[in-house]
Amino acid sequence: MSLVPLPVAIPLGISFLLAGVHRHLSPAVSRPISAVVALANCLLCITLTAAAMNAPATYWLGGWTPRSGVALGIDFYVDPVAGVIAALASFLCFVGFIYSRFLENVGTLFDVLMLGFLAAMCGFAFSGDIFNMFVFFELMSAAAFALCGYKLEESSVTQGAFNFAITNTIGAFFGLMGIGLLYAKTGALNLAQMGAAIGTTPNVYVVTSFVLLITGFLVKSGSVPFHFWLADAHAVAPTPVCLLFSGVMVELGLYAVARIYWTVFDGAFSARRAPVMNTLLLIGVLSAVVGALMCFGQRNIKRLLAFSTISHVGLMTIGVAMLSSAGMAGFLLYVVGHGLVKGALFLNAGVLLDRFQSVDELELHSKGRRIPVCGILFAVAGIMLAGAPVSLTFLGEHAISGDTEHAGLGLLWLVFLFAEVITAGAVLRLTGRVFLGWGKKRPADAGARNIPEKRETTHRGRKSYGWMLVPQSCMLVAAFGCMFIPQLGETWQQGARFFVDRSSYYGTVMMNTAAIGPIPLERSSLTSSLFLSLLATALAIALAGLALSPLWPNKDSLLYRLASPVQVVRHLHSGHVGDYVAFLIFGIACLVAVLWLQIR
Amino acid sequence: MQHLAYFVALWVLLAGLYGVVTSRNYVHLVACVAVLQSATYIILLAAGFRTGGVPPIFYGVPVGTRTVDPVVQALMLTDIVVEATVAALLLSIAVQLHKASGTANPSELEALEG
Repeated sequence: MSLVPLPVAIPLGISFLLAGVHRHLSPAVSRPISAVVALANCLLCITLTAAAMNAPATYWLGGWTPRSGVALGIDFYVDPVAGVIAALASFLCFVGFIYSRFLENVGTLFDVLMLGFLAAMCGFAFSGDIFNMFVFFELMSAAAFALCGYKLEESSVTQGAFNFAITNTIGAFFGLMGIGLLYAKTGALNLAQMGAAIGTTPNVYVVTSFVLLITGFLVKSGSVPFHFWLADAHAVAPTPVCLLFSGVMVELGLYAVARIYWTVFDGAFSARRAPVMNTLLLIGVLSAVVGALMCFGQRNIKRLLAFSTISHVGLMTIGVAMLSSAGMAGFLLYVVGHGLVKGALFLNAGVLLDRFQSVDELELHSKGRRIPVCGILFAVAGIMLAGAPVSLTFLGEHAISGDTEHAGLGLLWLVFLFAEVITAGAVLRLTGRVFLGWGKKRPADAGARNIPEKRETTHRGRKSYGWMLVPQSCMLVAAFGCMFIPQLGETWQQGARFFVDRSSYYGTVMMNTAAIGPIPLERSSLTSSLFLSLLATALAIALAGLALSPLWPNKDSLLYRLASPVQVVRHLHSGHVGDYVAFLIFGIACLVAVLWLQIR
Repeated sequence: MQHLAYFVALWVLLAGLYGVVTSRNYVHLVACVAVLQSATYIILLAAGFRTGGVPPIFYGVPVGTRTVDPVVQALMLTDIVVEATVAALLLSIAVQLHKASGTANPSELEALEG
């Protein structure tokens, strides 16, 4: 019996079971059950990944195998990339369940939603049929909306959840339109079959359906200019939910863009790859820069981390935009590393919320002195965000930078440097302000208005505080330790090679032929990346120190007025859902224009 | 004539998007999102229509009869179910929003600026 459908079926089944008996079950019983399910799911996905290293597995639901080149059923396709992302999702869900032990007023329905969310993420990663991907995408989104708005009593929470829900739903509609157009052209919904039927020329039909499809996924991944919902959603969601959003949900959007491109559209765009590459690069660079600039000006710690997610997702988009196996390998490494580090940061923010009922950096000035271990974890995570050579993100950045130099786009390392220095500098600045008491107390230039936070955790005194730090410590240790897994290089490179090979995908899915065997590992020198990452770390620490010192320009100085474009961008983030949708429409129009003008 | 369906879908899409962008009430906003759904359904159905095709019922008709595509109808039905769930969720959030803040106007809520 194939193990492939189990990572989707088991959480979904247990979720329904818990929903059926939730009136008779207390969270003390359902939470451990859900945690065990998530952990089992993680181990299952790791097993599937290991098995997929030699040959990716396909599973046709209901046994409806394809006949003479026509896919009759829906398939799940597991290759190393999909397996690793599903394993990451399961692991982060497991950590979320462990942390949610500390939350109060969170009943069994929270577990139901989280398990449904997990099942949908795994199904989304595995699915080989585009409409099936859409259905899992909607399930993932609906569970996310409900989880985001879980603390329904506060108006800011419902507003954030509403902005999130409307923007993502409209993005999904555009994706569905793209699916409709693609079905009209190719007559198929299976990714492999569509890739074979789409033809070899990028005419306006192909370009429009490509843009519509990736819009839905780029909205989910929080790429500029579709990113406005992300900060609002993260600011109001409960901590374990933020962990999942930043850790794996937004990265799944990018994964889908890459999957759709490589299985369906590569045939049509293969002669003219540069336009697609340039468009995705533009989105990536824009996200990295805007995310970093917005991140630095935030005073709400959760919003700060959300904008840094937008920035790092921009860097991952650069990896995808390279349209090569090295770029995809770097993307995968970056996703895992960033997921673990960002998750640890959000859990730390949750500890601050628990101790001091606030995640406002200015309000928490020097209050963190009582919990120094948390401060150490913040500092370590901040250094990892800077791409220091102590975490997986360093290896990911190395792979992507190597590939950009290969493609003649060597200056992109400046974007990496900029994004990493500013986002890590923001985290280190808040560490210094909260845990060391540096910086002026309550400076006049305030960032986003303080969102009043209600207590989300049960207060049980000193003992529970120590236990609250365990999940994030484990995650940071994992981010460091994963660098030393012996099979690491092979997994990423092999997985990436399977990912970008359209003919082997078609062969595995439609004709059940064995895929290409293992390919010799490419080793490249780490020295230039080492230099870059140490430079980034040093600059981030320097920036944080500068921001906390009296040298930082205040509101009246000339330097501050030079940064007024940043203030303009910040005013665009108005919290009004109509503005967000207007930017969505504007973004789609620009994408179509940019791509079409390059292809003609 | 086939292309007219796509223009209708575009018109419905633009009307829905205009409604969402300029809405002054959250419940009205959710209704505009429902209008957007209709645009996607029109595109799906237009993609599946065959001129002169009969409904896709394969009982008692000779093999080779021209029918319209049943797959897009199945897609549409699935999508209706999905979007009904999402709309219910959105409306319940809108009701909670009104309960918590006393207003249903997006412009009057400023907690998430910046």
